[in-house]
Amino acid sequence: MFELLSEGLEQVFRKLGKRGKLSESDVRNCLRDIRRVLLEADVNYKVTREFIERVGEKAIGAKVLKSLTPAQQVIKIVYDELTYLMGGSAVGINFSPAPPTVIMLVGLQGGGKTTVAAKLARYFRSKGKSPMLVAVDTRRPAAVEQLRVLGLALDVPVHSPDANTDPIDICTDAVTAARRSGLDLLILDTAGRLHVDQEMMEELVKIRERVRPHEILLVADGMTGQDAVNIAGEFHERLGFDGVILTKLDGDARGGAALSIRTVTGKPIKFVGVGEKVDALEVFHPERMASRILGMGDLPSLVEKAQEAVDIEKAKELEEKLRKETFTFDDFLEQLRQVKRLGPLDQLLDLIPGAGQVLKGLKPDERALIRTEAIINSMTKEERRKPHIIDGSRRKRIAMGSGTSVQEVNSLLKQFSMIQKMARKIGKMKVGRTSRPMFPF
Amino acid sequence: MVGKVLDRLRMGLQKTQAGILEGLSRSIKGHRTLDEEVLDEIEATLLQADVGPETTSKIISRIRERGRREKMEGLKAVKKVVKEEILAIMDSAPTADMSHSMSIPRPYVIMVVGVNGTGKTTTAGKLARKFGKEGKKVLLAAADTFRAAATEQLEIWAKRTGADIVRHKSGSDPAAVAFDALSAALSRRTDILIIDTAGRLHTRTNLMEQLKKIKRVLGGLLEGAPHEALLVLDATTGQNAIPQVDYFNQAVGISGIVLSKLDGTAKGGVVIAIRDRLSIPLRMIGIGEGPDDLRDFDPSEFVEALFGG
Repeated sequence: MFELLSEGLEQVFRKLGKRGKLSESDVRNCLRDIRRVLLEADVNYKVTREFIERVGEKAIGAKVLKSLTPAQQVIKIVYDELTYLMGGSAVGINFSPAPPTVIMLVGLQGGGKTTVAAKLARYFRSKGKSPMLVAVDTRRPAAVEQLRVLGLALDVPVHSPDANTDPIDICTDAVTAARRSGLDLLILDTAGRLHVDQEMMEELVKIRERVRPHEILLVADGMTGQDAVNIAGEFHERLGFDGVILTKLDGDARGGAALSIRTVTGKPIKFVGVGEKVDALEVFHPERMASRILGMGDLPSLVEKAQEAVDIEKAKELEEKLRKETFTFDDFLEQLRQVKRLGPLDQLLDLIPGAGQVLKGLKPDERALIRTEAIINSMTKEERRKPHIIDGSRRKRIAMGSGTSVQEVNSLLKQFSMIQKMARKIGKMKVGRTSRPMFPF
Repeated sequence: MVGKVLDRLRMGLQKTQAGILEGLSRSIKGHRTLDEEVLDEIEATLLQADVGPETTSKIISRIRERGRREKMEGLKAVKKVVKEEILAIMDSAPTADMSHSMSIPRPYVIMVVGVNGTGKTTTAGKLARKFGKEGKKVLLAAADTFRAAATEQLEIWAKRTGADIVRHKSGSDPAAVAFDALSAALSRRTDILIIDTAGRLHTRTNLMEQLKKIKRVLGGLLEGAPHEALLVLDATTGQNAIPQVDYFNQAVGISGIVLSKLDGTAKGGVVIAIRDRLSIPLRMIGIGEGPDDLRDFDPSEFVEALFGG
């Protein structure tokens, strides 16, 4: 996420780092580079200009010139300004004291509203809410069907209208239905529309007036270019919204739209979409994003992710097993699954400071994990407990069963015996309070 | 009918035009010669149209260079030079001509690819309409087996346009859908086979491999297939469009770009950078949600519309 922006800035900073002191022309050169980096990152032209001016005012002056480590100071100024631009700390959703809370999703076609609706339903259900999805998009062919399928997969009720029902009626009916079934969260998935389509924008205003949603969220594509300010500006002016969800940030989009939208509308970015799966939704943290942009990595995010995925009880159990030297393939499989729960591997790597640079171009093989899992799944219970009984013919059978090769089975067995050896060593040492799963990759 | 389509195109492009033209007119008002201030304003206009810093600075330095040699006085002269320089970029890349190659193989296989939400299914539907109206027998293949209800969406387009459709169950192998569709196209003597693939971010290596597999399977069944791989690009996309096109091109060889959603306020200027840096031509533009809102792209018309007369 925001990779290229980080890369570009890293280059700029490296240049600065080689010098002892900064002259005014150094700062100017640096700012010119930062300007280019921001523009390449799709930060709006005017927003960029303001940013450069602000940084310039702070950087060109006695404070920086007299400093012992000028580069560090410029980094700090740019970082502070980026954080400021993206706005304070994380902002959540306002829940109504009188349920149901109504969240209305709006935006252009193809921004990912329907997917986001499902992700939000899943997210808030995990926080103890009882959500209902409402298919208001009767325009795009099969949009209602799409939401229905997603709801079914999540086991979340979907209010889907009959054909030709008026969007406003769909929403009011849904509120009634939610009240009747005691559901406390409604997520309205409205049709995608262009911000210049007067008639369609009017429809949103009507829905807002009738339903009085507690949150209107603009769903915006993270790959949006300069037009982000026009789109967000128009939705803000015509309809008004409380926050933004920026989608498709799992690619290499530089995400400058985040900065632009925030600056132009003053509204916070609340969530970011980071993948196609329904759990690929994250709370937006401006300060973390700023450190990512500056190539400082994002340790807090990684730590939080790891904490969510790794069950503490299971970790303790594992520690116990390591001590008793009874670490088996079943435990190994459990670890694998926990690693997978952390999310796609390349996303994890993004979160590790410096990994972006070191591992550039190196794509972690997601399938290696799956193959390893398949191999273990093809073992019998006894084999998983006592790997030493796996002989040549068993290896052949496991390879056949898992669709892999004997070589792959061999290398896994080898890896596993190394882990066991390590486990024995750790077992003999005094293991501290922190227990982490070990990744043998 | 044709008149109406032209009107829509004009409407779509006018919005594009308004932005750039406005900026340019404002910038040049009061200036008689091409000075740095005017150049700055031209730069701002290009950057705000998503042309991007690299290609913009290339265009600006060419204009500056010409300013030293030629006498440019007034708005009209400056605009003419800006237009010429952009057109030079748009023309310097090779243009494939679909209608030309179209007469040869049958079925003519078109793969529609792109990142999520750019309008691939809608474009596939519009293409079916376009060829159907030309009297061609069209078959649609629902190879987006991933997104919920994508198949249903394409099915509705098939009904709308009178095209046939080949579909599998959700979650099945898209390459198998492509294989079945091409087999069907061969036996039914279909003229055009349009394969709608799932949206995927270009950075997802395994999904790009899947796309390569679809292409391999098609080529294995019919030599030369797919004859086209069209990448659908959202006009609101910024500079990320460049790696998008680059990665997809490396995976399946993009024969052209369809620029969708040009009926908003987005200028789509990144296509100039794509043409400049990757030599991939823009082939069609989408200017609305209706079945007929797809138009062939004409570079000179586009640039002309961008900057006005």
